Amino acid sequence: MARAVTTRRKTVNTALAWMVAVIIFFPILWIVVLSFKTEGDAIKAPLEVLSAPWTVESYAVVQERSDYIKHFSNSLILSLGSTFLGLLVAVPAAWSMAFVPSRRTKDILMWMLSTKMLPAVGVLYPIYLLFIELGLLDTRVGLVIVLMLINLPIIVWMLYTYFREIPGEILEAARMDGAGLRQEILYVLTPMAVPGIASTVLLNVILAWNEAFWTLILTAANAGPLTAFIASYSSPEGLFYAKLSAASTMAIAPILILGWFSQKQLVRGLTFGAVK
Amino acid sequence: MATRHSRSAARLMMAPAVILLLGWMLVPLTMTLYFSFKKYLPMRGGDLGWVGFDNFVRFVSSSAFWPSVTATLTLVLGVLVITVILGILIALLLDQPMWGQGVVRIMVIAPFFVMPTVSALVWKNIMMDPINGFLGHLTRAVGLQPVDWLSQASMPAITLIVSWEWLPFATLILLTALQSLDREQLEAAEMDGAGPFARFFFIMIPHLARAITVVILIQTIFLLSIFAEIFVTTGGAFGTKTLTYLIYQRVVESQNIGLGSAGGIYAVILANIVAIFLMRIVGKNLEA
Repeated sequence: MARAVTTRRKTVNTALAWMVAVIIFFPILWIVVLSFKTEGDAIKAPLEVLSAPWTVESYAVVQERSDYIKHFSNSLILSLGSTFLGLLVAVPAAWSMAFVPSRRTKDILMWMLSTKMLPAVGVLYPIYLLFIELGLLDTRVGLVIVLMLINLPIIVWMLYTYFREIPGEILEAARMDGAGLRQEILYVLTPMAVPGIASTVLLNVILAWNEAFWTLILTAANAGPLTAFIASYSSPEGLFYAKLSAASTMAIAPILILGWFSQKQLVRGLTFGAVK
Repeated sequence: MATRHSRSAARLMMAPAVILLLGWMLVPLTMTLYFSFKKYLPMRGGDLGWVGFDNFVRFVSSSAFWPSVTATLTLVLGVLVITVILGILIALLLDQPMWGQGVVRIMVIAPFFVMPTVSALVWKNIMMDPINGFLGHLTRAVGLQPVDWLSQASMPAITLIVSWEWLPFATLILLTALQSLDREQLEAAEMDGAGPFARFFFIMIPHLARAITVVILIQTIFLLSIFAEIFVTTGGAFGTKTLTYLIYQRVVESQNIGLGSAGGIYAVILANIVAIFLMRIVGKNLEA
């Protein structure tokens, strides 16, 4: 029996929830507003800011002044590249662990998880040194590899939890009907695994896009993604609120949109299946 | 019913992932361990030989060590308390019927998708700047003296920024757990005369216990290695030098690789202690 909810209670809930949500969301909302103002107006008191004229000037300035496009495409290459490489390695691994489990499967999964917990700062110098030795410093290739490796445990885990939900009987039935391993993967497994793979891709693109340790330390002008580009605003010259806001808005917009679609996957991916 | 053939195929398919992660873990970690027993100053003489446990002793006896432990604990505990308590309250609120639930949810979760450098810089300048920042304008509007957050109250300021980033994560996970709670159990308790507080403490909190533990453990692991937020706001000044940041400074700024590596080993051990507890919970779930 569902409990009848009084309209009054619902109104109170709604008012309270919207208040909380607006407070939490406010900094994001505010930078979007500031990004459409002139530098002079952006530092005024909030009410004066709102009544000041709107302009897209800052977006134009950010684009031409600091190679925004280059950093944006770096972010795109790094997050998509590392996710794609990660999938290439993780799909077979997760498939075999989900469908041909052995006594050691659980241990391997737990061990993979433990590598994710290695603090980056503990291996800072070795990675830096290896990057210098291999000529990978400030290259996209180097960062794609590092980002792939740090997210690989999450990719394997997420795929594993999705694959495990695919009933094994269907695969057996396909085998009985004479499907070989290749056909089994191509025609039976893949279509059923697509939603899980898509969710995994989504979450990992987000994680790689926002990674802000290795991308800050291992890049300079050339391979730096948006995280590094925005960090360069930490030593500002003169008025820069509107430009910072415009650059920030452009940097977070794609991920905010992806984020809308990935709320559920976020929980599963980041808790390693411990909360569903 | 897997055949021998499919078993060896399975092993082959697992190999690339295992080998890559093994290399990623073992190679740098061995190097860090190696450097931690050396006096190694790339800019001032290079490799100056083995020094035993000297670096480990010097790292913990340096004047910067205990303040960094305090800073780390303050940040981690502060963020955990704020995000878990507010997370539970907001999750309870979002679980209620209301208008526009979808939009509310998206707004609450949004900060999680903002990259750390953006959140840190936006808070530092646009929100917390005492002269032009939003909070500065606000405090002046009510007739008070604005606070220069990041130098006068640097630790609370950074705790606030990091809590803002992680509150969505806590809320989302607690909300997910809350939604799996059996409604009939709550209704039965209500009919038996349990008030809202009794229902909260004796039904909801025990049901959420596992999710809360998971939130605490996962956040602890990420919070211990907070970097960008400090890097772009205070640069480790004003008492905000955490253990992670101290190690970063030893390695990158003072180029004392031996000392920094010893610190790195401490960080690895610390993270492992937390990880053991997390793995136990995740492992239990794997059996079910």
